[in-house]
Amino acid sequence: MEKLPNSLGLYKAPKDTRVVVAMSGGVDSSVTAALLHEEGYDVVGVTLQLYDYGAAVSKSKTCCAGQDIYDAKKVADAHGFPHYVLNYESNFRESVIDDFADSYMRGETPIPCVKCNQSVKFRDLLEMAKDLGADCMATGHYIKRTTDETGRAQLHRAHDHGKDQSYFLFATTQEQLDFLRFPLGGWSKDKTRAEAQRLGLLTADKPDSQDICFVPHGDYARVVKKIRPDAEDPGEIVHMDGRVLGRHEGIIHYTIGQRKGLGIGGGISDNNEPFYVIAINTAEKQVIVGPKAALARDLLHVKDCNWLGSDGTHTDRFITVQTKFRSVMTPVPARLLQKENGTAEIHLDSPQYGISPGQAAVIYEGDRLLGGGWITGAEKNMNARSAA
Amino acid sequence: MAQNTYLDYNATAPLRPEALAALRDALMAPHNASSIHSFGRMGRQIIETARARVAALCSAAPAQIIFNSGASEGNNTVIAHFTNQRILLSAIEHPSVMEAVKACTQNFALIPVTKEGVIDLTALEILLQSEPAALVCVMAVNNETGIIQPINEISRLAHKYGALYHCDGVQAAGRIALDIAASGIDFLTLSAHKIGGPQGTGALVLGLCGLTPHFIFGGQQEKGARAGTENVAGIAGFGAAAQAVLAYKGSAKNLAVLQTRLETEIQRHAPSAIIYGLNALRVAGTTLFSVPGISAETALMALDLDGVAISSGSACSSGRVEASQTLKAMGVEKNHASCAIRVSMGWATTPEDVEAFLSSWRKLCIRLEGKIKAHA
Repeated sequence: MEKLPNSLGLYKAPKDTRVVVAMSGGVDSSVTAALLHEEGYDVVGVTLQLYDYGAAVSKSKTCCAGQDIYDAKKVADAHGFPHYVLNYESNFRESVIDDFADSYMRGETPIPCVKCNQSVKFRDLLEMAKDLGADCMATGHYIKRTTDETGRAQLHRAHDHGKDQSYFLFATTQEQLDFLRFPLGGWSKDKTRAEAQRLGLLTADKPDSQDICFVPHGDYARVVKKIRPDAEDPGEIVHMDGRVLGRHEGIIHYTIGQRKGLGIGGGISDNNEPFYVIAINTAEKQVIVGPKAALARDLLHVKDCNWLGSDGTHTDRFITVQTKFRSVMTPVPARLLQKENGTAEIHLDSPQYGISPGQAAVIYEGDRLLGGGWITGAEKNMNARSAA
Repeated sequence: MAQNTYLDYNATAPLRPEALAALRDALMAPHNASSIHSFGRMGRQIIETARARVAALCSAAPAQIIFNSGASEGNNTVIAHFTNQRILLSAIEHPSVMEAVKACTQNFALIPVTKEGVIDLTALEILLQSEPAALVCVMAVNNETGIIQPINEISRLAHKYGALYHCDGVQAAGRIALDIAASGIDFLTLSAHKIGGPQGTGALVLGLCGLTPHFIFGGQQEKGARAGTENVAGIAGFGAAAQAVLAYKGSAKNLAVLQTRLETEIQRHAPSAIIYGLNALRVAGTTLFSVPGISAETALMALDLDGVAISSGSACSSGRVEASQTLKAMGVEKNHASCAIRVSMGWATTPEDVEAFLSSWRKLCIRLEGKIKAHA
């Protein structure tokens, strides 16, 4: 046994430390793998074949994910570590794509990346890594992992807040986290690109991926429609006061908080205020619109919570936290009340707008990620503070 | 990662030294066997020497050998000759037969196999009786299981009902005695690289039916049956490998000993192991088995990381692991089929290779003990 831990926090020489690196074919995970290999670790690169890009939008079978797999393989070959492709198409379909479509059908706004991390990457792939005798698994996510004095792993927002991916990793369990490593958590994207250049990676100049990986050109409606053909049932656009303002071509085209593209003329009310989507009534296939003020919410209900650094038992008292309910927002102050059955209430200090069921409410204490849950509902409850 | 134990002969065998020497010699000069000058004549001589050697491998006359690029071409050549005619093929054929048939005719039927992976002769006869077929395609030895098919009975039945018999002999060559005339095979296809010859070379061996299927047009090479400048070096290597196979006929016995050791140990490490075709006739050195709980994917990677090369059923071109068609046809349940891995040995396999496999395998079984127990 080594006296000092290696850079992955394990008391082993790098050459005796097997680390499976989840390689997407992009620059971040390429750098992660190549760096660890350079440090002398027993690196095993794995790329997941998750979906058939062509089949997502049409009936023809093509494979555009093929380029990313090819790139990952080339990086591994160039640096001389083994690389494998795992076909997780059926797991991904069951755990991520179907859920994505169903969520839209319920009038929600899903986050498939969380589901993918939660199931395919950190459940199935992580299990495979353990089966291969790996000591840990590394990814190219921008999130910081530290350990406390007892050796317990914690997650913190990435050093580069603009790149921080903690929102998408809130559902990582303590057990998964103990096995995971995120070597880029303390880096900026510029540093990663510079390292990619230094390492001579062919992925060094690859653009960042923007969209949801299985949704070509951001056209999610097309993907949902293919899986759930009734997704485009038309219906009414109704004002909160009951007036029918127009018709729509399927609730999947609407998200709570949406202002543009409502398809009701100028989209403004009598007193010149723009309309926003306030709610989606899936049973009546109605899109409910109203003024921005009607979007204000300060009490969020969440379910299926994951808490890091606590044993998961609920407490009866509020704790002061910050929360994010969209990946690109600055955390806002709130008070958290953990409840039974993995649910919780999040009381926002000031009302927020455009909170949609299906999204995650992620909880922070400063930069530390405490966990979070899936939003089931949100309400305006000005008395919440006194109820506490 | 050390890569020093090769146990994937059914995918491709290491090049025999005799084949390498013949290849190298043939590549030393520009031999176009169609040219009349001395270089050309030398090329012709190399080809004809190889032709006699390959013919000897299947007890044929040299004139029956048409050299080509390998068995995938050979299978396509034969099947294309029967375009739009009725073809019966076994449910365990190689994709180069299966897909070629689907591309050439809509009028085909699959001949089922028994649970033991052997062609169901009764079913074949019923199929032949119910509607006349032009061609019957059944391989001599299955690539995944190593199970030997009753080719004499198949050809007898095919001929009884007026059909011709095409036999993919890729995995049989060099492992069991092949006698094209005695077995009544009308078309036999071979690949050099499975017997220690070079890749990209093979032969279509014509039987007694007298038909010569054409596939590539544009030249008089190979009696006009296969256009294109001959792959002189490849053919030379093929011939040398064929000769070496016949010179070391006793090697199957050694492989049988290694295989017994392998299978005994596999069953000892995990009593839940299923060895496919255990009660059927198999060629020595091919073992397809599952240990429920250890997926083929995991096993392949774990062994590869220890420097041991094996395969899961038939390799997929993209490197993806897919469930075996052969096991599906044998009625093996999906959960077991997805765990099937193949160890295949050949001319250069040593006891040390088997021990290297077993040592890595033992490690994996210990690591996945919980999963094996949960699935037993």
